[in-house]
Amino acid sequence: MTTIDTSAAPERAARPNVVRFLSRYGTFAAFVALLLFNIAVTPNFLSWQTLNVNLTQVATIVIVAVGMTLVIATGGIDLSVGSLMAIAGAAAPMIFMGKLLPIDNMGVLIILSFILPVLLAMAFGWFNGFLVARLSIQPIVATLVLFIAGRGLAQVATNGNLQVFKNPDFQFIAMGRIAGIPAQVIIMIVVVALAYCLVRYSVIGRQIIAVGGNEKAARLTGVPVRRVKTFVYVVSGALAGVAGLIVVARNSASDANLVGLGMELDAIAAVAVGGSLLTGGRANIIGTVLGAFVIQLVRYTLLANGVPDAAALIVKAGLIIVAVFIQQRADKV
Amino acid sequence: MLKTLSRLFIPKSSGDYARLGVLLALAGLILFGALRYDNFLSQFNILSFLRYNSMFALIALGMAFVIITGGIDLSVGAVAAMSSVVAAYLSPYGWLPGLAGGMAAGLVAGAINGVIVTRLRIQPFIATLAMMLAAYGTALLLANNQSVSVSYDTGFTTIGQDDFLGFPIPAWIAAFVYVLGWVFLERLPTGRHVLAIGDGEATANLMGLKVERTLFAVYALSGLLAGLAGVILASQFGAGQPTEGVGWELFAIASVVVGGTLLTGGSGSVGATLAGALLLAMVFNILNFENGLGWISLSAYWQSVIRGAFLLIVVVLQARLMKKTEAP
Repeated sequence: MTTIDTSAAPERAARPNVVRFLSRYGTFAAFVALLLFNIAVTPNFLSWQTLNVNLTQVATIVIVAVGMTLVIATGGIDLSVGSLMAIAGAAAPMIFMGKLLPIDNMGVLIILSFILPVLLAMAFGWFNGFLVARLSIQPIVATLVLFIAGRGLAQVATNGNLQVFKNPDFQFIAMGRIAGIPAQVIIMIVVVALAYCLVRYSVIGRQIIAVGGNEKAARLTGVPVRRVKTFVYVVSGALAGVAGLIVVARNSASDANLVGLGMELDAIAAVAVGGSLLTGGRANIIGTVLGAFVIQLVRYTLLANGVPDAAALIVKAGLIIVAVFIQQRADKV
Repeated sequence: MLKTLSRLFIPKSSGDYARLGVLLALAGLILFGALRYDNFLSQFNILSFLRYNSMFALIALGMAFVIITGGIDLSVGAVAAMSSVVAAYLSPYGWLPGLAGGMAAGLVAGAINGVIVTRLRIQPFIATLAMMLAAYGTALLLANNQSVSVSYDTGFTTIGQDDFLGFPIPAWIAAFVYVLGWVFLERLPTGRHVLAIGDGEATANLMGLKVERTLFAVYALSGLLAGLAGVILASQFGAGQPTEGVGWELFAIASVVVGGTLLTGGSGSVGATLAGALLLAMVFNILNFENGLGWISLSAYWQSVIRGAFLLIVVVLQARLMKKTEAP
């Protein structure tokens, strides 16, 4: 297919420039355009409350999308993130409500209800990594298993019932503030900073890019391909677990049918809009953050202006296609 | 001599293994059910089994073609839901407008998938994942977030609820479509092109096959069959259901994979896909009976866990067999 494209390239000399510009600055331009549009049209857009709502809603998307960026950088995909959120979100209330462990000390229970669900999500992430790295199963199919079964497990564990709770200590991760900044926003910033440093400055970060760029070459130069692949799925699982905790803490309730539903799409969309190629070999963490903000702003803009939620789905679908198309085109020229 | 014998009795490729396995498993399950439950082979159970699962068999066939080309269609469940709404709205004008409208809605969605995959060259799973969103969005918008009752006066419900020559009409439809699919894939040149594309798109292109056109047709077909399943859904349950169809794509993918079609494309069979769909449906039928006996009590939520476990086992087995056949 490439041969055909190059033969036609001279005629299209003007187009690649537009495409390249869009791929480099398109996300940022879209972000600014959305801001300006909202300032002009949406009532009360410039308020602390709006900022607060958008920041807290975008936090979980960003956290999951950062993990997704790493997975996609290796040439993989993780469809199970939403289900892992549901699993972690179902496990945490069961732990601090004392249903799972015979411990009386509330402090210990709270700490465990942060740690164990995330560990659980990491274990499932490792399982994804095992299927992909060891058994060489295509990532789409390998993570499809938990995409189906994961939510089912959470539903079976809770019998599909809503778990309602009020626990200020646990809910601190969603309701609490440190120096006036919501705790989940701080978690988001920490996750983004860590991931940025990981990709930029650490050995394994470079190895992730190498595996996604050219797996065979990476293996021949001594990159532990399997370990790197397993690592990204474990990280993705862990971050999905954290996001699941935040969501249930924010809602004061855990509904295994709903927690993280459709999150895999939001995360993939954030990565695509953010400028990482879905075929791997690139991990643009800051781009992903920007992508998540664009997606959040699009949804907010539509909802704040009375467009039904269902129509927002269609817009999101179009956004994904356009973003992926632009990235792929830009990569070719 | 030995070679000829072994060729006769020992499966050659991983596909043969899977096909043999799925047929044995199907036979074993039927035998198990017939011995264990009183009403398993009753007319009622057989007919309602066929009536209900025809929808899934139709979707699985479309999925098989897509997967044989090396792609995937994650939008079928949402497209079926959307088509069921369209069909329900058109059902007051007669059964034919309902049927044609629902199928047309599916065809349009599938054609859009085809254009995005072939023209924009976007990976199938992204394109169809986006279509899944868009189709659910459209279904909810059209239906105003609730189910849409069909008309009972125009004969529309006949499609899903009535029998013809003692068998449910949906089963006739599915059987007819499967025969067409078999003839197409195994006997017609274009069917061989589908297989060739899955084996290697670039090679197929160099051979002068119309790769883009064939790929487009495959996605359009998958959409069309999902639309047909949506019509049957609306007709069978008396309502267009915008929130139905969640997880149908997984049922279809699992059926195809269980039938021995490699997810990497290039091989696959229509008959084995039907066997895969029946096997998967049979598992749930037996679980229902087991629930009825009271030995185990599985909530509906177990369905997705079992579906996932099933997919896992098959995929792991496939990966194993692939590795074995690849080894020198």
